[in-house]
Amino acid sequence: MAVYLLRRLLQSALVMLAMSIIVFIGVFAIGDPVEILISPEADQIERERAIHALGLDLPLWLQYLSFLKNALQGDLGRSFVFNEPALQLILQRMPATLELALGATFLALLIGLPLGLYAGLKPNSFGAKTIMAGSILGFSLPTFWVGLMLIMVFAVQLGWLPSTGRGQTVEVLGLRWSFLTWDGLQHLAMPALNLALFKISLVIRLTRAGVRETMLMDYVKFARAKGLSPRRVTYVHVFKNILIPVVTVVGLELGSTIAFSVVTESVFAWPGMGKLIIDSINVLDRPVIVAYLMMIVLMFITINLLVDLAYSALDPRVRLEGK
Amino acid sequence: MTIRKKVAVLAAVSALALGMTQAARAQNLTMAVGAQVTSLDPHYHALSPNFAVATMLFDTLTQFDADARLQPALAESWKVVEPTVWEFKLREGVRFHNGNPLTADDVAFTISRVPNVPNSPSSYAIYTRAIERVEVVDPTTVRFHTRTPYPLLPNDMSQVAILDRETHEGAGTEDFNSGKVAIGTGPYRYVNFRNGERLELERNDAYWGPKPDWAHVNYRIVVNDSARTAGLLAGDVDFIDQVPTSDIAGLRRDNRVRLVEKDGLRIIFLALDHLHKDGSPFITDNDGKPLSKNPLQDVRVRRALSMAIDRPAIASRVMEGAAQPSGQFLPKGAFGYVPGLEPPKADPDAARKLLAEAGYPDGFRITLHGPNDRYINDGRIVQAIGQFWTRMGVRTAVDAQPWTTFVSRAGKQEFSAFLVGWGTSSGEASSPLRSLVATYNRDKGYGTSNRGRYSNPEMDAKLEAALREMDDEKREKLLQEATRIAMEDVGIIPIHIQKNLWAMRPTLVHDSRADELTRAQDVHPAGNKPAAR
Repeated sequence: MAVYLLRRLLQSALVMLAMSIIVFIGVFAIGDPVEILISPEADQIERERAIHALGLDLPLWLQYLSFLKNALQGDLGRSFVFNEPALQLILQRMPATLELALGATFLALLIGLPLGLYAGLKPNSFGAKTIMAGSILGFSLPTFWVGLMLIMVFAVQLGWLPSTGRGQTVEVLGLRWSFLTWDGLQHLAMPALNLALFKISLVIRLTRAGVRETMLMDYVKFARAKGLSPRRVTYVHVFKNILIPVVTVVGLELGSTIAFSVVTESVFAWPGMGKLIIDSINVLDRPVIVAYLMMIVLMFITINLLVDLAYSALDPRVRLEGK
Repeated sequence: MTIRKKVAVLAAVSALALGMTQAARAQNLTMAVGAQVTSLDPHYHALSPNFAVATMLFDTLTQFDADARLQPALAESWKVVEPTVWEFKLREGVRFHNGNPLTADDVAFTISRVPNVPNSPSSYAIYTRAIERVEVVDPTTVRFHTRTPYPLLPNDMSQVAILDRETHEGAGTEDFNSGKVAIGTGPYRYVNFRNGERLELERNDAYWGPKPDWAHVNYRIVVNDSARTAGLLAGDVDFIDQVPTSDIAGLRRDNRVRLVEKDGLRIIFLALDHLHKDGSPFITDNDGKPLSKNPLQDVRVRRALSMAIDRPAIASRVMEGAAQPSGQFLPKGAFGYVPGLEPPKADPDAARKLLAEAGYPDGFRITLHGPNDRYINDGRIVQAIGQFWTRMGVRTAVDAQPWTTFVSRAGKQEFSAFLVGWGTSSGEASSPLRSLVATYNRDKGYGTSNRGRYSNPEMDAKLEAALREMDDEKREKLLQEATRIAMEDVGIIPIHIQKNLWAMRPTLVHDSRADELTRAQDVHPAGNKPAAR
């Protein structure tokens, strides 16, 4: 076990190193941040000063080495644009993205599970067919379009919900959360639903498939033959068994939601990490781009490691010996 | 309490509550702006969204009015004492938000801080570089000594926010962003700033100028165009800037919204490759073989290319009317505008004739480059011009790229012809002349954005004379002459000047600014104050 863990950690470190090199070279290849950041009125002398101030006059490998040296001491550099530590900028915005992603996941389960269950139990009913057709839309409609439509309907036409932005926040554990206030929840509703749409469809389909499969299992037949009520068969025997794949997939989806909720965040002007990364890419704010991607890589590595460990704990057939 | 009484009380209470919210609403302003504000430090990053915010919190010695004419601000008057000495007389009784009085020493401190802000990606030092030394004559008089005669100092001073020595000595950019020292003399005071999200301000009751209209201002950053418009229609915000041209028609019909426009100071133009004498990178003959010489070296070819473009069609179709066709850098009324210098009328036949005279009766092939995310409808303008050129006989391929990629390549002279824009924030002609068409020269700081490397010694001489000329009238004449030379030689091909668009509730009026700045002090409740035009 210890050998396995050690090897995984070593692999992770290598992946992060490779990632940092790729991002560094990638951003360098796109263009010159000074051309974008500098005032058009600036003369050549000012341009040279800015290039020097941002450390862009050094050859790329030297820039990379100095980045690496600082990164090993926990300093991922300062944003060119904001002049604040990149990591701090990202962490400031993390609560907003986290509550959005968790809100979306919550909605996905809340809406997806019952609908999926219904569609699985009564596959030939009109309702089930409507749900399944709807879930195809959920998969295929582009997020930004749905987001704009939600705004048009619920904010502009009906005036029920605020169109954009994050609501009032409350400070808990030093971080600002908006889901604890009514105003905050109102602001959260539409972006969370928009982000959840794909996931709702996913959960519906997984649940339905699971139910259809499980209903034919011998143990369900046996439970029925035993004379258990249909309610008990569904909620105890079937439901528990279909939850395993659903939870696995939703858990993995959570990671990608946190990392890539860019579109929803920019449509709803939600001040999260996704909006930060897209703004940073637009101005080639390299320290922020690098720090963000490193953090995301770290997050995925951690999730995967935890999943592997959990599997080995749950299923004795999966062994984690370093062979 | 009977039911009737209860109802009456309830009605009274709710009427009171309603009245209060309406009164509160009349005092509050929520604005949504499309450009990112990156810092509250007024000397950290010289970009117009930051400057707009700076002018709400701080003041400058001089300022531009809505039509980009220079007006007094913290300085009541200024004059030339000697050719290299400017004297500014400060307004008396001005106080910072913390009560500190404004003195000439604060001005000296500000000038010394500007070039020394650490890590600045674009410094305001370009506006203070001409100053060699600041002399504090008395608490309300300050003199700027320049190395050479420098007529533009009052213009430059309109960009430099004045800080307080006592408050800001040793203060860093993060101290401004955290609000600790976001203390100026401006019409609004700092309440709260969330980077990339919003800035909250409250009225500065002790403001020296006209009393600000709003007790509380919520200045929100909403980069997505559709989201900004939707926010206004939904009633979440009262005022938006950068209205997308695709929404113009719809908003004009909508009585929930008032749309205002103002001729801007941003010229959209084509830069041409003047650098490569024999063969330009993206020009070939009709068979795709490289040409032995660069056709753009011939003024007749450049004229033909300009003549082929139907500018009014671009302004009305592509830009939905939010542009003014132009034959020079600046709009009418600006300092250095040349009366009568109009763009050529679109005439493909005359253009074809000119091409034939220049030795290209069958035209040639060219690729026209441009950004697709920088200026209003930039990608579509490039396509339209490509079609006009092809119709004339110059077979044009178009290639619109993201600005990040495009601008680096354009700066390395990799293109033959490309679309760019220039915003003249100083409102006078020396800025575009110096940056866009003057011969590239590092030591003089000329031609910084002259990416096509146009060069004309005759024009350079006029411009240099203008930049030394302290007399406004003579200087304007020199600038007009320089502009005429560059335009008749088709150093660049001007297309149009953008109009700035804002939209708001019908209960508001706006002093729309030529320089694109969006600020709370320019928005007033309708009826309270007629929009000063």
